[in-house]
Amino acid sequence: MIKIEHMSKSYGPYPAVIDISFEVLKGEIVGFLGPNGAGKTTTMRVVTGFTPPTSGDVTVSGYDVVSHSLDVRRHIGYLPETVPLYVDMTVTDYLRYMGEIRGMNRNWVKERLPKVIDMVRLGEYRNTLVGRLSKGYRQRTGIAQAILHEPDVLVMDEPTIGIDPIQVVETRELISDLGQEHTMLLSSHILPEVSAICKRVLVINDGRIVADDQPEALSAKLQHAERIEISVRGAEAPAFINAIRGLSVVIDARSDQRVSVVQRAAREKFAPFIVDARPNVQAAEKIARTVIDNGWGLTNLTPLPMTLEEIFLELTTEEDLGE
Amino acid sequence: MRFITVIAAKEIRTYFSSPMAYVVSAAFLAITGFFFVASVSDAFAEASIRGYLAGAVFFMIFMSPALTMRLIAEEQKLGTLELLLTSPLREFEIVVGKFLAAFVMILLMIVLSLYFVIVLFVYGDPDIGPLLSGLLGLALYAGATLAVGLFASSLSSNQIVGLVVGSGILTALTIIDFVSARLTGLVSQILDGFQLGASFSVFDLDSFGVAEGGHFADFAKGVISVTDIAYYLSLTAVFLLLTVLVLEARRWR
Ligand SMILES: Nc1ncnc2c1ncn2[C@@H]1O[C@H](COP(=O)(O)OP(=O)(O)OP(=O)(O)O)[C@@H](O)[C@H]1O
Ligand SMILES: [Mg+2]
Repeated sequence: MIKIEHMSKSYGPYPAVIDISFEVLKGEIVGFLGPNGAGKTTTMRVVTGFTPPTSGDVTVSGYDVVSHSLDVRRHIGYLPETVPLYVDMTVTDYLRYMGEIRGMNRNWVKERLPKVIDMVRLGEYRNTLVGRLSKGYRQRTGIAQAILHEPDVLVMDEPTIGIDPIQVVETRELISDLGQEHTMLLSSHILPEVSAICKRVLVINDGRIVADDQPEALSAKLQHAERIEISVRGAEAPAFINAIRGLSVVIDARSDQRVSVVQRAAREKFAPFIVDARPNVQAAEKIARTVIDNGWGLTNLTPLPMTLEEIFLELTTEEDLGE
Repeated sequence: MRFITVIAAKEIRTYFSSPMAYVVSAAFLAITGFFFVASVSDAFAEASIRGYLAGAVFFMIFMSPALTMRLIAEEQKLGTLELLLTSPLREFEIVVGKFLAAFVMILLMIVLSLYFVIVLFVYGDPDIGPLLSGLLGLALYAGATLAVGLFASSLSSNQIVGLVVGSGILTALTIIDFVSARLTGLVSQILDGFQLGASFSVFDLDSFGVAEGGHFADFAKGVISVTDIAYYLSLTAVFLLLTVLVLEARRWR
């Protein structure tokens, strides 16, 4: 549905995206991941026909974004990063207008509008001025305008940026639901979001694609260490850490910093630790034996997958080392 | 064509829902009314709308850019231009739609301000010819000034910049005869050819009128000339085209 071949985009002399190629197939939800200034928005603006590429070929639903820009724009739903809204219109008026400039006729809008308002759960606010909506509801209004005209392809630029955690969860669910029936390219720098929603992740950094894989596969590929979460009863932290570090298969052991001080105090008797071990050497078994040999109680031992944050750091730092 | 109507309808609705259009209309009625009264209150005054026309063309130098300043600048500020430019619309449809909305508004204001034509017919015996040609000229003049204003609005996301640049261009085209009067030969003639129509001597209450050499003078006298019509229409077309080009250039930034 989206096909990008050797696309580059420069702003004046400054290259924002450099020779990227990828394809998004029908029905796929692809996450587009990268830090600030990586080139996510730039790529999306090329895909949506907002700005032409400097070089390379980009097609959407088979239409070239330069020579058949209008056709491309007919087949795409776009939620820009800034969620552009006319603040002095009501939600219904705004959506109706957006539908009309997307080429929908009155009857189609009339029939489709209530469904979409339902879908994004904007019902109570249908007659509210857009300018009075909270950030989360503005986001939903933005999503509504993107899906209103039943586009083949949805492009969403950081759809959950700047909304509170509760609304983030709801918005993510909404996006996941939309993913059931749309081809979707979704950008984010909130990494767990991408792994929750997308089956495939493209990582972009400094205008170049540095990885393209499933979230789990990426994690497996990059896993230089096996990470284990472990809780033990009756162990003093220093004693435990020393004992574990003494094992040849262990790279490092430390208290689990992911939980707050309060939580840690509450769980004092079951001190949680994180252990990094060499992969494929049955490290978990050896750690368990050490715990038991020391007379501590083993209450939890779980291998952890690498988070996307770590993958990301790893990919981008490797890139830096390579240069 | 359908997109043009959709855009124009939306902008007209926005005009009616914002205080701006009402304030501007009130000012237009007040100013044209003042000039009309001043021009006919003399004992020997002719029953004509020349005073009204002078006031109207003068005030439009500021009013037209005020009406159009929001139209594109705000789309850039809100980021909604990105939605327009990623919808299956052509730039000219956006520009023409917005222009038509402003044009409809200004025609409405002109119609509202015509209550005194009735006064003229009741108390005097006005010439129909200059009246009709004057109004035709005013409509053409309004269109041209709105096109300049719309162009100015497309230049930045700041409405005030749109207002200042728009009025600036219109003022420059208005005082161009001061410049040409100090020159001779071809340059002077060419500059004269661009005179927009209004005259800043409008406040000199004894010499009501529009710029003598300008394109509005004939309309005010009851003469309809192809040159004048062509001047206003091409000014409109050129500035609408420039606006389209500015929007297209936005894509390449
Ligand atoms: N209109 C523009 N003119 C000049 N440079 C630009 C423009 N837009 C983006 N850039 C530059 O291009 C690079 C890529 O920007 P882009 O907005 O695509 O990044 P991004 O991945 O979307 O970042 P973010 O996470 O901050 O949204 C940045 O260095 C940015 O400064
Ligand atoms: Mg961005």
